[in-house]
Amino acid sequence: MKNRQKWEGMAITLGGSLLAIAFALGLCAILLAAIGENPFKVYKDMFEYGTSKDSFLDEVQRAVPLMLSATAVAIGFKMKLFNIGVEGQTRIAVLLTAAIGAEVRMPAVLHVLFCIVLAMAVGAAGAGIAGVLKVKRGVNEVISTIMLNYIYIGLVSWMFDEFFIVSTDTLNVKTQQLPRSAWFPQLVHGKLGGFLIIALIVIFAFWVLVWKTRFGFHLRASGANAGAARVAGVNPGRMVMTAMLLSGAVAGLVGLPGLLGDSHAYRRGLAEGYGFEGIAVALLGRNHPVGIVLAAILFGFLDRASAILQINAIPQEIVQIIKGVTVLAVVIVNAALKRWYDRRTQRVAAVAVGAIDLEAAAA
Amino acid sequence: MDGSYAVELVGMGKTFPGVIANHDVTIRVRDRSIHAIVGENGAGKSTLMNTLYGMHQPTEGTISVFGREVHFKSPTDAIAAGVGMVHQHFMLADNLTVVENIILGAEPAERGVLKLSEAKHRLAELAKSIGAHVNLDAEVSTLGVGQRQRVEILKVLYRGAKVLILDEPTAVLVPQEVEELFGTLRQLVAAGSTILFISHKLDEVLAISDEITVMRDGTTVATVSPQDVDRRQLAELMVGSELPDPSGRASVVGTRDVLTVENIEVRVGVDAKPAVDGASFTVHDAEVFGIAGIEGNGQFELCEAILGLCPITAGRIVLNGEDVAALSVHERRELGISYIPFDRHREGLLLDAPLWENTMLGRDGTAGLMSGPFINVAGARRDCAAVVERFGVRTPGTDVPAFALSGGNQQKLVVGRELSSETHILIAAHPTRGVDVGAQAAIWDELRAERDHGVAILLISADLDELIGLSDRIAVIFDGRITAVLDPATATPELLGSYMTGEMQGAA
Repeated sequence: MKNRQKWEGMAITLGGSLLAIAFALGLCAILLAAIGENPFKVYKDMFEYGTSKDSFLDEVQRAVPLMLSATAVAIGFKMKLFNIGVEGQTRIAVLLTAAIGAEVRMPAVLHVLFCIVLAMAVGAAGAGIAGVLKVKRGVNEVISTIMLNYIYIGLVSWMFDEFFIVSTDTLNVKTQQLPRSAWFPQLVHGKLGGFLIIALIVIFAFWVLVWKTRFGFHLRASGANAGAARVAGVNPGRMVMTAMLLSGAVAGLVGLPGLLGDSHAYRRGLAEGYGFEGIAVALLGRNHPVGIVLAAILFGFLDRASAILQINAIPQEIVQIIKGVTVLAVVIVNAALKRWYDRRTQRVAAVAVGAIDLEAAAA
Repeated sequence: MDGSYAVELVGMGKTFPGVIANHDVTIRVRDRSIHAIVGENGAGKSTLMNTLYGMHQPTEGTISVFGREVHFKSPTDAIAAGVGMVHQHFMLADNLTVVENIILGAEPAERGVLKLSEAKHRLAELAKSIGAHVNLDAEVSTLGVGQRQRVEILKVLYRGAKVLILDEPTAVLVPQEVEELFGTLRQLVAAGSTILFISHKLDEVLAISDEITVMRDGTTVATVSPQDVDRRQLAELMVGSELPDPSGRASVVGTRDVLTVENIEVRVGVDAKPAVDGASFTVHDAEVFGIAGIEGNGQFELCEAILGLCPITAGRIVLNGEDVAALSVHERRELGISYIPFDRHREGLLLDAPLWENTMLGRDGTAGLMSGPFINVAGARRDCAAVVERFGVRTPGTDVPAFALSGGNQQKLVVGRELSSETHILIAAHPTRGVDVGAQAAIWDELRAERDHGVAILLISADLDELIGLSDRIAVIFDGRITAVLDPATATPELLGSYMTGEMQGAA
């Protein structure tokens, strides 16, 4: 029973996601046809470009920040806590890390570690405010994190302009370059940054924490049935705080692959948009580590493949629509599949205990 | 009552994929009569009624209403044919008035403008004809349970129903309100309606019905006249065997104070009046202390306060000589408070989680369930299997999600989990609500066994027979205060009812 149930559940989740992707592609095909493009040719071009030599490394590279931001979102989602503020937390963390990281002098490994811890601390503090507001004042975290996004994004923009710009070259405004000791090594030079390792460690830790520990059990129980968790002695305030801090800490890491591994200084546009896209990736990945990795790579693939659209003078936004429709379709398909599968489980269980004896009832 | 039938179901069967919910159901309901349908939970009453109300279509057999064969595709068809349903859980919008609620979905309007006065006029007449006194302009939130039910009935009548299906209408009422409801039902019949009354409270069924159909295992087993049977015979028809009995004990009440509650006050919200207002009592070892009360009189808050889920604004809570008022829920549980919550779905179970996670809930301090900060999955499974075995939970395994179990087995799992911890005081809120007779007997056995082992039990129940049968003392809570402590040997449901409605106060 045990393993069968597990495999069935996985097959259904995967099948549902594939169905959703197919649905999204179908819908966008109609859109493409409507603007006078041949959808089959567009998809063929995208697929060929997306699977061409070296594409995979680039797609994984693009997926790394998404894996992190989706994990940050998923930590909250597992207890039905919606941290919509990953975007803002990411941005303030990456700016402060760039600014402070450039000022300190440390040996190589330590300097990288320092930057990582600093970014996590800033992200955690940024999300922690929403946690405090929820626990102490009952402010809905969706509202507060959205509002905090505006504050953080504005703050980043102002602080950057006011304090941290060093280059006067108007085409290349950025913060003080990080010393080499803070650079994160590359896995494949120029193609794949080493931060992938950190992202995978974070995702593994997320899996262990949420599925294998007492804390994770309390987290999942709070999400599955807050009333039951409370009655069982799980302190809801403490869970909200911890989940928010953890989510924010991971959100702080999102900008680091770009900062430590690539640009080595903060410039406008660095790490923008990952926070919001992470919500979509988490939804598509069903808040599960494996799902998140696969969904992030899919998004990376779509981003990469969209380049060919530009070359062929087809609106690149079509890729954004594919992403959006896929996520919506996944949510809908999974809700429907879950209902069907739940009923089936119930029936199988009822038959198994003989509560419903089919033959006897029919006779 | 004349000879014709208002509703006829012949050979009706309903199969869900792989499950036969109803088969060979034959019921003939005479026009202008009260016809009761009794049966245990899971006997197929609800499926039958949902079929009759058009919520789903029968797989076999025929349904006729007033002699005409019908095929309802939806409740709308049923209503058009004159069949209406009053659900057990009221479906009223709290912040609308009675009139607004009743016309909701069938608004009399001319070019989009509501014609409220016309509706009110018609409703006032309807209400008069069934002897119901309802202020049509009152907001529903201000009405009591009995009044709300009256509104539901009016709503169905307003839509032209001649046949009313009442699903467990007395489940939420106290004895006095039940009497009023019965008065209304008799007037309805006199005014030309036919009533299908679904219940498992046999005394009520015997008192009100003209005919009684008994269901068991998805089919109708007998139709009897209330003159020809007594309660016991009816119960045995229903269960197919002998009835369990809550009473009986093998030990004497202890003398040690396990739980003492002293003048506690609980306030929910800022300036609200206290939900619990100076309640005091002591529960001894090997004692069942029952609490009777109409829902919403503070028993929920009382339990929450004892468990530490909401703070007390005055008074003391003493467990085994230690003041626990400042301790967290977790700490109190560790000290031996166990809790069977009011609503197993809302507060007892993680429905989507496997059983072994459910039995772990609230007990993760227990040896063997954790190794360090990590879940010991094998240990948790073994522990769950032990609970399943000891409490006779019928399940194919410990990995199935909790929602796959029947209500009775879910409840047995909750009870089993709570009693598997080291327990000094068990707060049991409606321990057998919504479970079948078999599970009820099993749960009563377990509660008795725990009591005989010296566990103190605080029993909250709406089932007055259960309270009287199990309790050593019964307190009545009214408006947040303990208004009486009665001896179950002399307490009757009627007497309890008088205290519960606040009609009588003070110790008996």
